[in-house]
Amino acid sequence: MLEINNLHVQVAETGIEILHGLDLVVKNAETAAIMGPNGSGKSTLSYILAGHKGYKVTQGDIFYNGQSILGMNPAERSALGIFLGFQYPIEIPGLITMEFLKVAINALRKARGQTELKVPEFINRVKEIAKRLSISMPMLKRPLNVGFSGGEKKKIEILQMSLLDPTFCVMDETDSGLDIDALKIVADGMNRLRSSQCSFLIITHYQRLLDYINPDTVHVLSKGKIVRSGDRDLAVYVEKNGYANIIGVSCG
Amino acid sequence: MLIDRTQAEEAIIENFLNSDSLPNLLFPREMREAAMAAFKEHGFPSRKRESWHYTDLRNKLTRISSYSDDHNDGRPILPLILGNVLFSVVNGKAVSNSVLPPVFCTPLALSPSRALNILRDFSITNVISQVNTAFASDGWRINVQKDVFLDNIIEIQNLQNGGQSHTCFSVSVAEDSRATILERQLGDDQESFLSSVSDIDLAEGAEVLWIIIRERGILSTELNRFYARLDKGARLKLVIINAGLHLLRQEVHIDLNGSRSDFQLRCINLLSGESHADTTMKIRHFARSTTSKEMIRNIATDTSCGVFQGMVQVLPTGQKTDAKMLCQSLILSKDAECHAKPELDIFADDILCGHGATFSTIDRNQLFYLMTRGLTFVQAKAVLVKCFIKEQIEGIGQEDIEKALHGVLDHWLFLHL
Ligand SMILES: Nc1ncnc2c1ncn2[C@@H]1O[C@H](COP(=O)(O)OP(=O)(O)O)[C@@H](O)[C@H]1O
Ligand SMILES: [Mg+2]
Repeated sequence: MLEINNLHVQVAETGIEILHGLDLVVKNAETAAIMGPNGSGKSTLSYILAGHKGYKVTQGDIFYNGQSILGMNPAERSALGIFLGFQYPIEIPGLITMEFLKVAINALRKARGQTELKVPEFINRVKEIAKRLSISMPMLKRPLNVGFSGGEKKKIEILQMSLLDPTFCVMDETDSGLDIDALKIVADGMNRLRSSQCSFLIITHYQRLLDYINPDTVHVLSKGKIVRSGDRDLAVYVEKNGYANIIGVSCG
Repeated sequence: MLIDRTQAEEAIIENFLNSDSLPNLLFPREMREAAMAAFKEHGFPSRKRESWHYTDLRNKLTRISSYSDDHNDGRPILPLILGNVLFSVVNGKAVSNSVLPPVFCTPLALSPSRALNILRDFSITNVISQVNTAFASDGWRINVQKDVFLDNIIEIQNLQNGGQSHTCFSVSVAEDSRATILERQLGDDQESFLSSVSDIDLAEGAEVLWIIIRERGILSTELNRFYARLDKGARLKLVIINAGLHLLRQEVHIDLNGSRSDFQLRCINLLSGESHADTTMKIRHFARSTTSKEMIRNIATDTSCGVFQGMVQVLPTGQKTDAKMLCQSLILSKDAECHAKPELDIFADDILCGHGATFSTIDRNQLFYLMTRGLTFVQAKAVLVKCFIKEQIEGIGQEDIEKALHGVLDHWLFLHL
């Protein structure tokens, strides 16, 4: 279970506060959706969950399965099972995607006390997932994310998610920029993990994704705080009426 | 005339006075004396000499290690790759000599007249030639005969564990021959001082892949001069990886004398601790349609310093030259520094020349991304450093050599990240 208490977060360099006392609970196997206008702090929340050094927690705490994770670096959090699907996946010239996947999976297995995955087994696993996501193998021989289209980048995020056995996935606007076929494929990838008791925090602007992934809870983030929580109907409401109403009410 | 001599200069002069007690001096007395006269006049160059601006030898070279006798039983080490043909120098003395029929070879000390072919120039900035000529004791003369395609790699070893030595290597590759030459400059952590001069002639149509792997200890100082002349259609590909050393001055001088001759350089400098590595290069395009491409990559951590000075000169006879030069530095700590001074000096009009220099640090977002995928801080950093270096190693075309270069890089990363 993930529990965020009264979280205040600043940009480390400038000291500008972005999250102003955020509270959120996501239970085991729960899928929570977060919606919110541009600039409300959604990506910042995802970064802080993954342990980005560019942001600083000044108040509050984050617990994962009862343990505070604030003192952990991104690798340690990843070993715990926290996975971040990036809104803008990072390009790494020179790093062949396939090689990267192998290093990543074995780094995680080592951290989790598992044995290294043998090469043929690794290749089979990648092939199987890639096929499901309709990612071509030649693409995996290219440098990570370099020159990939927006949709391809998002699929590679889902590939990594599926490969790395996470228990909690933060998916930051994974649906943005996807055509309807890609959207279905991506949603299918997430639903598979859901069925293995993985929790999700899905950041999205659109109800569209939620047509394919039915969230258990929906939260609206505005100006660095959760201002309204509800079920699926809240997402439908937001889609129809926009944020103005909700934000207006909460600001009093 | 210098009035204040540094301790190191005093030591050099003193060594010369006692040189009768040194074994096997290679060059005739008059030549050595001329070299020493030039040294006495100019001393070690300070930053006031333009070509030594970033490597103030006069101040950096505080002492000169003394000669030492006992040395690794005077034996060479195993070849890097099975089947390599060894030409070793241990503590300034040529040792083993494997026989490879199409190659004529001889230790220089046994045939000093052959060393005389090595071009000598004692001009003010050429302190390496001055010191080397005054003190050189041995080395190898290697001559690959005509129309030979060597399968075996020629491995030159220059081993110096502590002490002092001055060596020369004179290599010529005759018409239309092909050879791979691996030069290993190795030494342990004892204090050492050495000069090494390589002099290379590639005849018409000769093709050489020359790899230098330099791994010396952090108390080692090496002054190196690599001078190659290329005749018509000759091709030289030089790959260098440097790790360790307290102080390295590595000069690469290339003369493209014959039309369509081609020079390519890939140089990797791995710098840590207080290491100072200076790569100073001068390429002269004397002939028509000559090509050159140099790529230098520095990685600097701790308080180390990397220097690249590269001059590409196109003479009036060098029409249709195509030359590119790029120095890229990745700086891993706030106290490390790199300097790059690429220059073009052009006297012809119908040419294509380009140069550039970049400086970067590890990208924080890339580091973060990799760590969110489970790579530890050190692992993620190592991956990014390797990405930076990779294309310098890939495509050399000899798998064993590529593996060896990756090995040097991995070892360095293991020790210094
Ligand atoms: N590193 C940063 N430096 C300065 N401002 C930042 C930084 N990161 C985020 N912000 C600001 O914080 C606010 C929230 O950004 P973000 O979390 O990306 O919003 P969202 O993902 O909801 O669109 C925005 O106003 C953004 O400009
Ligand atoms: Mg965002």
